[in-house]
Amino acid sequence: MNYTKELLKHFNNPKFVKKIKNPDGVGEVGNIQCGDVMHLEIKVKDNKIEDIGFHTFGCAAAISSSDIVCELVKGKTLEEAEKITKEDIVKKLGGMPPIKVHCSVLGISALKKAIEDYKEKNK
Amino acid sequence: MKQIYLDNAATTKVDDEVVKAMLPYFTEKFGNASSQHLVGREAKEALEKSRKIIAKSIGAKTREIIFTSGGTESNNLALKGLFFENYPEKNHIITTKIEHDCILNSCKWLETQGAKVTYLDVDENGFVNPEEVRKAITDKTIVVSIIHGNNEIGVIQDLEAIGKICKEKNVLFHTDACQSFTKVPINFKKQNLSLVTLNSHKIHGPKGVGALYIKEGTKITPLAHGGGHERNLRGGTENVPGIVGFAKAVEISKQKDITGMAELRDKLIKEILKIPNTRLNGSNEKRLCTNVNVSFNNIEGEAIGGYLENEGIYTSTGSACMSNTLESSHVLKAIGLSPIQSNSSLRISLSKYTTEEEIDYVLEKLSKVVKKLRMISPIK
Repeated sequence: MNYTKELLKHFNNPKFVKKIKNPDGVGEVGNIQCGDVMHLEIKVKDNKIEDIGFHTFGCAAAISSSDIVCELVKGKTLEEAEKITKEDIVKKLGGMPPIKVHCSVLGISALKKAIEDYKEKNK
Repeated sequence: MKQIYLDNAATTKVDDEVVKAMLPYFTEKFGNASSQHLVGREAKEALEKSRKIIAKSIGAKTREIIFTSGGTESNNLALKGLFFENYPEKNHIITTKIEHDCILNSCKWLETQGAKVTYLDVDENGFVNPEEVRKAITDKTIVVSIIHGNNEIGVIQDLEAIGKICKEKNVLFHTDACQSFTKVPINFKKQNLSLVTLNSHKIHGPKGVGALYIKEGTKITPLAHGGGHERNLRGGTENVPGIVGFAKAVEISKQKDITGMAELRDKLIKEILKIPNTRLNGSNEKRLCTNVNVSFNNIEGEAIGGYLENEGIYTSTGSACMSNTLESSHVLKAIGLSPIQSNSSLRISLSKYTTEEEIDYVLEKLSKVVKKLRMISPIK
């Protein structure tokens, strides 16, 4: 697969593979067809994503986009985080093989679920 | 960095001896084998000598070997050639769910032309039940086409048992022997084969050349019409350098290499299965000496391959993430794997160049890679 250097960097050394202690929001999504599964946890303080961690079953594109999602939203407000698009991820990774773009959606869906989960718990 | 090529089921390195044998046919003896002059006669001589070597290697008559551009063309010629020869009197083809794409896609296309195709199931080890073949045969059946050594899971089918049934029922029997050629014996009489697909680049020969064995008396319609080449069955100026290389590759194949590969394969399988939560895909007993296919539960095959590539190790996977259709391997599905298990598969395919040192290196790296990816995976 023809991956960019930036994508491979995040695939080879993902920085956000971790469990969050007492997470405020948890999101888990799976795509049975491709088989990808992503689990994402957030810690929220003052409406900002203070910390974030993920675990992903998936290919290089899935793992690297999971890591990028975390990098992009850490320190951002929930509103800012919700605005992240798959284009942002692909851009940040310096491009992605077209057939792999669907992998970037995985991270966003998991993030949205985690934020929803947080909001639900803090109604 | 070390480069360890373990994707020999995809293609192999061309042997130096093969290259040496081919070279004169590019620049010195470059003639068209159909030309009447000396340069042409030299090419013709090389062509026929090569044909003889390949025929002899499988106990066939020289005129029963038709050269093609490779396995895909040979399989297309076998199925489409037989179909158009026999249609509309007969229209039925029997094959399996674990064939190479070129067989399956030829069958799918033939269905649009009026063919009826039966795709036989296999058991959890990858074997076709010969009795299922018997049950599927009708008075409209033209041919039974079953892959000899499977390209993904390495399973070797019992051609003799299936061939016996084909003989009893008086239907033609074809096998795709691309992966098994020179590694597992072909015996036409015992196996009652009428057509066999052979290929060069899986056996350290050049790409772009293959052959189809067609038993004398078997009628087939050509796909490429031309100037009378290959007994009017395959038009086009013969690829003489390629064919010479193909024959050389056959000539230098040795039993010793097969034994060596089988030993390394067994070591690799044994050691990999010591990693927890792994399973071997395909039969352990009747398996190509070159093939290892393992699922590493809870992690994904392309990611394993990607990390191995960082260590200079080249492998392949049946994962959906590697295919253009985002569908996981039809072969792994046929032996009962769930999509997630197929997506966790890794194929390691050896060659005569694979060394024990390389296998040890792979095993060392593989266990680390699996550990790392399992840390990343949410599925425990």
